[in-house]
Amino acid sequence: MNKTFFKKYFISGPYLFWMIAFTIIPICLVIYYGLTDKSGTFTLQNIMSITTPEHFKALWLSLLLSLASTVICLLLAYPLAMILKGLSVNKNSFIVFIFILPMWMNFLLRTLAWQTILEKNGVLNTLLEILHLPSLNIINTPYAIIFGMVYNFLPFMVLPIYNVLIKIDDNVIHAAKDLGANSVQTFFKIIFPLSIPGVISGITMVFIPSLTTFVISNLLGGGKIYLIGNIIEQEFTTAYNWHLGSGLSMVLMVFILLNMILTFKFDKGEGGAVL
Amino acid sequence: MMKKSLRNIYLALIFILLYAPIITLMVLSFNASKSRAKWGGFTFKWYIELFQNQAIMESLYLTLLLAFLSAFIATIIGTAACIGINRMKKGPQSIIMGITNIPLLNAEIVTGISFMLMFIAFDISLGFNTVLIGHISFNIPYVILSVMPKVKQTGKSSYEAALDLGATPIYAFWKVILPDILPGILSGFLLSFTMSLDDFIITYFTKGRGINTLSTKIYSEVKKGIKPEMYALSTLLFLSVLILLILVNRLPKAKEKINNK
Repeated sequence: MNKTFFKKYFISGPYLFWMIAFTIIPICLVIYYGLTDKSGTFTLQNIMSITTPEHFKALWLSLLLSLASTVICLLLAYPLAMILKGLSVNKNSFIVFIFILPMWMNFLLRTLAWQTILEKNGVLNTLLEILHLPSLNIINTPYAIIFGMVYNFLPFMVLPIYNVLIKIDDNVIHAAKDLGANSVQTFFKIIFPLSIPGVISGITMVFIPSLTTFVISNLLGGGKIYLIGNIIEQEFTTAYNWHLGSGLSMVLMVFILLNMILTFKFDKGEGGAVL
Repeated sequence: MMKKSLRNIYLALIFILLYAPIITLMVLSFNASKSRAKWGGFTFKWYIELFQNQAIMESLYLTLLLAFLSAFIATIIGTAACIGINRMKKGPQSIIMGITNIPLLNAEIVTGISFMLMFIAFDISLGFNTVLIGHISFNIPYVILSVMPKVKQTGKSSYEAALDLGATPIYAFWKVILPDILPGILSGFLLSFTMSLDDFIITYFTKGRGINTLSTKIYSEVKKGIKPEMYALSTLLFLSVLILLILVNRLPKAKEKINNK
């Protein structure tokens, strides 16, 4: 009995070990550090420090910006995914290719390039000037950060929605039309409800990275706009207060957990919509 | 007609959004002026200087080595895991898949600091090995998500048939299972490689002082000003990947054409 058990499952052994060593233990350590002070005694102070005006403001701003960027991504991505489905390019890989390809150019450089484009005397304003349009001053403002988030995370919204949309059987749509539904009704009663798993996983994949970024705010916010990610990063790299940093990370983890619960509720264990 | 042109305009706008910074970087790589704001004339100078810049070449080597090693190891561990997990009962299977999703759904900054805390708590000095461990860890879930659907599709019967016909389990694996799941393995590897190449946050928290990948090097240069050689390098990297991917996509078609004749 024991031998067959071993034989059957040993092949996933390395991964199970890896999972415990490098996924579960590190997270337990964050919780341990977050709940203790430097002498190792239990405290809630690290977590409660989120209520100080400085930290709370950063968290609030992060929530606002990431919500805005998630909504914009969804509004941009859904029609895009519909169009891509309509193109009926039967080469699924081509569409993935177009969205994955930019990732081969370094993410930091791409974001920095937006700095060049959006700058006061940058490419965009030069173009606007030629067209005699008013100039746009969004660099180093929260709007530039939203822009950077939308740019960086849009593919993570498009791909899951697209993957769900192409799986919808055309016959279902034809049936709805045959039964007298107009295209608006078909969309809201058939297509959209069927695409919800993709929408949910898209929202997760845009909201969480936006909420927790410190790089985009650093590069496009001019280093003056602090998001919660910037504060945590500083606690670890310059202030060396790991306990406080871990405590604040636990606050972030609450949001991640809420998001996970939401995902599992809608996505009933399929998980495949992510890819 | 109207609908079609609207559609095309929308596609074009998104395309511009995705590729504008890439074009910008390519143009900047030929800019004789060091400043990003001014155009100082056309030059190949940065391409020549790139190959003489030891620091950039070293971090390029490190980045590629990391991407390859982490993708390779993650692919092996992840593929083996899929085969094992697929044999498990539903309960443990869903628990393990749930934990597998954690690194994907968790914030990168939390993953990064959790690695950093662990390495320091267990007194492992930060360096190449710790970065490699970090990259393998975030790559394995991508491999599992790409390979798992293929393993599920394969089913047990053809493998069992091979065993009944006298194949050893290893032979049956090579001849029956592997060819079926190979597309999943390849896309898992490619995805891992790309993710590792583009990663900044995990590397940033696990690298320690001595070493730099391209990402961390760029980040450290942000305040002093990016060296234009970086633009030249990323242009070269981007173009080589583009050409490679086009070739890979064309090859099967060309083969088909020859076969059809």
